[in-house]
Amino acid sequence: MLSSGDAELVRVTLLTLRVAGTATLLSVVVGIPLGVLLALARWPGRNFIISLVNMGMGTPPVVAGLVVSILLWRSGPLGRLRLIYTPTAMIIAQFIIALPLVTGYTLAGIGQLNPKLHDQILALGASRWQLFWLLIREARLSLLAAVIGGFGGVISEVGASTMVGGNILGRTRVLTTATVMEVSKGNFDIAIALSLILMLLIWLVTYALTRLQQGGRPR
Amino acid sequence: MRRLFQRMVVLAAMMALVAGCGGAEQQQTGGQQQETQQQTEQTQAPSTPELILATTTSTQDTGLLDVLIPIFEEKTGYTVKTVAVGTGQALKLGENGEADVLLVHAPDSEVPLVESGVAINRQLVMHNDFIIIGPASDPAGVKSATTAVEGLKKIAEAGATFVSRGDDSGTDKKEKALWKEANIDPKEQEWYQETGQGMGATITVANEKLAYTLSDRGTYLAQKKNIDLEIVLEGDAPLLNIYHVMQVNPEKYPMVNGDGAKAFVEFMVSDETQQIIKDFGVDTYGEPLFFPDAGKAEEDLTSGK
Repeated sequence: MLSSGDAELVRVTLLTLRVAGTATLLSVVVGIPLGVLLALARWPGRNFIISLVNMGMGTPPVVAGLVVSILLWRSGPLGRLRLIYTPTAMIIAQFIIALPLVTGYTLAGIGQLNPKLHDQILALGASRWQLFWLLIREARLSLLAAVIGGFGGVISEVGASTMVGGNILGRTRVLTTATVMEVSKGNFDIAIALSLILMLLIWLVTYALTRLQQGGRPR
Repeated sequence: MRRLFQRMVVLAAMMALVAGCGGAEQQQTGGQQQETQQQTEQTQAPSTPELILATTTSTQDTGLLDVLIPIFEEKTGYTVKTVAVGTGQALKLGENGEADVLLVHAPDSEVPLVESGVAINRQLVMHNDFIIIGPASDPAGVKSATTAVEGLKKIAEAGATFVSRGDDSGTDKKEKALWKEANIDPKEQEWYQETGQGMGATITVANEKLAYTLSDRGTYLAQKKNIDLEIVLEGDAPLLNIYHVMQVNPEKYPMVNGDGAKAFVEFMVSDETQQIIKDFGVDTYGEPLFFPDAGKAEEDLTSGK
């Protein structure tokens, strides 16, 4: 893979970022409101849904990959969309992996806030939206942990990406699937190089998020 | 009231999910448009540019496809999605109409597909051979065997560790057929281990365990630099490894890209491609990995060697 030049490597790295980044973003957009809602809601069945979220936090990537594959195969219900072996398919699978992670961490973070805070904010005459934003601000440390958790979960997975993406050169090959392939080819040196790039990438992104997380903190 | 709220939550969650996926789709469609535009600039874009090729790990692990596919894409304007899996899975993808064209190496399993009308236009592309590799000390004495079946019998008698692909690939099918011919059922035997992985990974396992395994020559040569195992048996006629290319029948599966598949079959058996196959690997390994066979009959190969 490296023999075809740095351009290929750059492409694989950018695709890795694009797929994992988009999946994380989508899961944050959906997962954080969902987590807040579950943390505040008081109705029967809530515990059941929370148990599903917690189970989802342990979803094996290959299971997510298999489910998305079955849906997207030409013979599957969404086969007409021709999405199998595309980055979109990978984003969908990774979204399914990241959503419970983000929701679960959000749920825990909001749940940890003092319940009196909730009442106090409402007593001060805040609207529901204002309550939502204030709680999010209050729990931002946990929420950024949720983002980091979701991103870490999807950028490191290989099972789902291989299954729904197909590890296709120049189209769906990402750092993890390329690493597996190079190991099976016996090119351990390239595999190690790819792993280092992946670790560096994860570090850069989590460092940026950590800065954001710790930035607003009084020192 | 409560129930209403519950339902609203579920509805909201579902809508958010759909919206999320929709967003991703739009982005993808944008990407595809860009790709299509780029293609139009290069060559006349075919009406269905996407072509799914299901093939074996051996053609990818040796790097042959990395050489051939870009040439094909540039010539024809198709974008090939290569899915490298075991031959068993590749054939299954064809059978389900999930792939457009197949490049595989398990003739005995391919013929039924042609007979049942799943595959058409099946053409001989190339061959190489299978070899048995094992530790240099050769504890089972396979080197003294003249046929593959005899070699496997010696391994079984000695109870020497044998690592199998166990993944229903072309190599795995060949290995199983050889055991059958030797009248040995290796399953459940202590010395017989299945990895369920590709050839490269299986060679690595066999190397760590100082075990025997059956490999195609191409993958062995590509792995040679990493391992201590050496060839203990080669050159027996049943060890011939023959690759065919074939189209998945577009009349049977309407979503199959028939034109693209036809173009790919023609490309694989063209003189230019056959010459590339002939030269492939010579500069790296000092010997060719595959021997081009387009236009020959399969019987000539099996009887000639």
